[in-house]
Order: sequence, then C-alpha cells, then structure tokens
Amino acid sequence: MKISREDVLKVAALANLELTDAEVDAYRGQLDDILSYIDKLNALDTSEVEPMTQVVAASENDSALGEDVMVRADILTEVLQGAPDPSGPYFRVPRVIEK
Amino acid sequence: MSAPTTWTIPEVQAALSAKKISARELAKEFYALIEKRNSELNVYLALSPERAYAQADKIDASIAAGDALPSLAGVPVAVKDVISTRGVPTTCGSRILEGYKPAYDATAVERLEQAGAVILGKTNCDEFAMGSSNENSAYGPVRNPVAPEYVPGGSSGGSGAAVAANLAVVSLGTDTGGSIRQPGSFCGVTALNPSYGRVSRYGLIAYASSLDRIGPFAQTVRDAASVMSVIAGRDPRDATSSSIPVPDYAAGFNKSPAGLRIGIPEDYFGEGIDPEVRQKIEAGIRLLEKLGCKRVSIRMPHTDYAIAAYYIIATAEASSNLARYDGVRYGPRVPGSTLIEMYQKTRGHGFGAEVKRRIVLGTYVLSAGYYDAYYLKGQKVRALIARDFRDAFEQCDFIITPTSPVPPFRLGERTANPLQMYLADIYTVTGSLAGVPGISVPAGKTSKGLPVGLQIYGPAFGEDIVLSLAHAFQHAGGTNL
Repeated sequence: MKISREDVLKVAALANLELTDAEVDAYRGQLDDILSYIDKLNALDTSEVEPMTQVVAASENDSALGEDVMVRADILTEVLQGAPDPSGPYFRVPRVIEK
Repeated sequence: MSAPTTWTIPEVQAALSAKKISARELAKEFYALIEKRNSELNVYLALSPERAYAQADKIDASIAAGDALPSLAGVPVAVKDVISTRGVPTTCGSRILEGYKPAYDATAVERLEQAGAVILGKTNCDEFAMGSSNENSAYGPVRNPVAPEYVPGGSSGGSGAAVAANLAVVSLGTDTGGSIRQPGSFCGVTALNPSYGRVSRYGLIAYASSLDRIGPFAQTVRDAASVMSVIAGRDPRDATSSSIPVPDYAAGFNKSPAGLRIGIPEDYFGEGIDPEVRQKIEAGIRLLEKLGCKRVSIRMPHTDYAIAAYYIIATAEASSNLARYDGVRYGPRVPGSTLIEMYQKTRGHGFGAEVKRRIVLGTYVLSAGYYDAYYLKGQKVRALIARDFRDAFEQCDFIITPTSPVPPFRLGERTANPLQMYLADIYTVTGSLAGVPGISVPAGKTSKGLPVGLQIYGPAFGEDIVLSLAHAFQHAGGTNL
C-alpha cells in the first residue's frame, strides 16, 4: 500500500479540496493503483538525462520575449458581472483578517 | 436547394458564390439540424445564434456587394467548451464554471471569425478536457453519432460528434494526451493535433500547459488544412506560440507520396491492440505502400513508459492550473465561514470525480518529498520519449500507428477503472509528450460498423507533409478500407 487515508486527506487539504468519506476511500485505492503503475519508471536509468520542461526551445522562438506594453482591456463590468459576490471594483470574500 | 447530408468547406463556398443559399440560410439550416438532434446526442452545451446570424449577415452583405470572400466565409463552426468565446457561456464541461461568460475571445476563435467563419456554439467535452470518453462532462455524455450506444471518445467528444453528425462543417477541439485524435477516430472524422506551439493557446482554458494544443475536426483533410491555414501562427499573447512561418498547407496535395518512408514502430503493435483495429491499420499501411511509400520498421524503445510519464506531468500541471477555481472571481460559490472553508466547499462541490482524482494525484506528485521521485522523473522520461521520435525521424518521414488500440466502447463500459481508461491513450500520449503533430484519418470500420482511425505522425512543424500524406490516403480510398 503506497498511499494511506491520511495521505489523501493531507493532499486534499493542500489542494483546498473538500472530499466526502466515500471519495477519500475511492481515491485512496485508485491512486494506489496508479502510483504502483507509475513505479515502472524506476526501471529506467535517467541519471544522465536532462529533464524536459517545455517543447519549444527558447532558441527556436526568437520573439518569445516581447515588449512590455500596457494595453487597456476595459472589461471590468463584464468581469464583475460573472463574479459570485462582486462589490465593484472588487470581489468580496469572507473576512480574512480579524479586527 | 435540398440539403446535402454533409457539407465541406468547398461546397459551402460554391453554394454561397452561386447564390444557391445565403450564409444566414445556411446557419439556419444548421440550427434546425441541431434542434432536431441535440437532445439525443448532447453535442452542444450552448448555442450562439445572435453572434452567428450577425456574422452571416456580414458575409451576405459582402456577397451582395460582390466583395472577395475570406477563406472560411459562411462556414458553420463548432468550438469546444474549453475555448473562450466572448459573451458566450464557456463551462469546460464543469459545474464550477456554470454560467461563466468570458470577457474575451481566444485567438483561434478571433482568427476563425476574421476569416468569415460562423460560430454556431460550444461543444460538450470531458470536464476540463480530462477524459477519453466524454463521460466526465458535468452535463452528461455525448453519444456517438455513428452508434448512439457508444462513446464518441474524449475529451473533445462533442467537437468530433458535431462534425460526424453534420451539426457543424468543421470544429475546434483541444488535445493534451489524445483528446482531438481519439474522438476523431471514434467518430470517423479527420482530426489534427498540430505541433505544440503551432496554434496560439491564448483563451484556451488550461489543463496541462506544456501539452495543451488546439486543432481542427473536419470531414476531409482538405478542410482541416483550410482551418489550420487560418488558426496557425505566432500570437504575441501566447509566449509559447512559434514564429516559424505558416506554409500553404494544401500546396503539396497534388504531389505523389511515392518514395516517402513510413515508419512502423514494432513497439506499438504488441499486446492490447484489438485484432480488428490491427487488421485495418495493416490494410492502411498496404494502401500507403501501394501509393509508393516505403515501409521501414522502427523502434520506439520508451513507449512503454509514456502513460506513466504523461499522468505525472499532466496531473501536476492540472493541479496548479485548476487552483484558480475557488469561487472568488467566476462560477458559483458555496459559502463557508472562513475563506479556506469557502474554497474547499466550492471546489469539492464544483469539480467532478475525475478532475478531483487528477488534482489529488497532481498535488501528491508535486508535494514535498515526492517531487524528484515523480515529477522530475516524469520530465526526464519525457525527454527520452521525445528522443525516440527524433531518432525515428532520422530513418523515416512519418510514423504510422493506430489512433486508439480499441474501437469505440459502450457508454459506461469502462468507467469503473480509471487506470484501464488511461492505458488506452498509449498511441496518442507519446506524440503529446514529444510535441509533434499527429492526424487521425478514418480507416474503415469494424464488423460492428464502428470507426477505426489511422494516425500519421510527422516531425515538429511538419503539418504540411502530414496533411499531404493524409490527403493522399483519403483520396486513395483509405476511408473505406
């Protein structure tokens, strides 16, 4: 068993994810299967291999770094309309800092 | 004019130029078809008639004025629901974005409209593009138009089904580990996953940023090439979009493929491949040989490690990308007494089972103590898989594989075991990790009448030659093998 109930709960807390008891049990078993499967990578010696972080090498993409230009978006109204609790020009959330 | 059963882009162009139908009438015809079939197939999650008719009227005015028409004038298009459309609901197939209307258009959508395309609406997909069967949509699965008891594939199941059912002429999908090619295969249509960096990801709601790509579904390779000519190219708003010039994708369509070397990876034809799929792909290879292609046997020695590397990298990136859905700026909120509790409840309620599973896995592989063992290891194995492709392309011009080891399966048949579902992505995740282009073209049907897709891989930014070979295959009757 690679992963315990506590592991799942710890990771769910890191990810700000509320899980039901049934979900914790189901994910524990499924993640255990997946992680055991992933263990097959240990059969490969990668000590001499550089990790690949992106596909397009910076050298192939001469214009990746553009000028830093400010552009007006003018979408404040539309953005706030889609928010669950807008208080223009802000998003309102439960109190974070006590008085 | 009586409606043809399917429309291609040249047919739309001819009908509009000859004034046999107006762009508005064509859009209306498609909306009538959607009205008739959507309750059964569940292809569209949202329609955008106001926007479509406004665009159609613009095209009709151009026709009346005798102006030259842009390349996709009046062509009805469907867009996967993970691609942003200004003012049109974009949910990613998730409850956590219910009611969300983006304040801007994705670059690919903007370019389609500039080329005259008429956006009909948004297509259903697996939640946040995570899935291979479209059964992970919060809004219910799409049914395969070819056989309604079967899945259309995923995650871009709605975009594949839209074209297969003639509910759009072409569509946009996204592919992270096979999500364009596999539903293309399952629905029996042409589906291209371009090179990473070829099409701007601006406005594509991220799943795994180092793997995500946008590409077309179409009735024909020629139509896929026409869409690519419009959406490909550098976009300053996506730093990973390439400035390599975009060629004329149809330029090589009349050239014979004689003498080109097609690589057949031995490692792709081992256990797990359905015998009928194998038989169709072998017939497809023989057809290419008949066209003059030279068969080369190649090795891709790290294939067996691709799924493991993919599910580390993709879930790690997903766990980071999906942190933004917290009930603050968009989507519904579930109240909590503290900010953290509000986040936890909103996310716990808003995400579906597969998304939560991948967030948990991705968070785990990135967490302290496991980063080197999993994430770093995954990136190193990714380098080895990319090297497999580079080495292979020294010996051949293309790599031919099945798109999926299995034909479409029945709804509900494979939902119980997530790992089994992941393993069927083997032929597509390899190319996703390497960043190379891959196209799935129809290659006949099984004895039950279920579509089989043949995949052609080419080297990075080799879309032009991939499309040319796919066109030659289609033109030579590959669809009816």
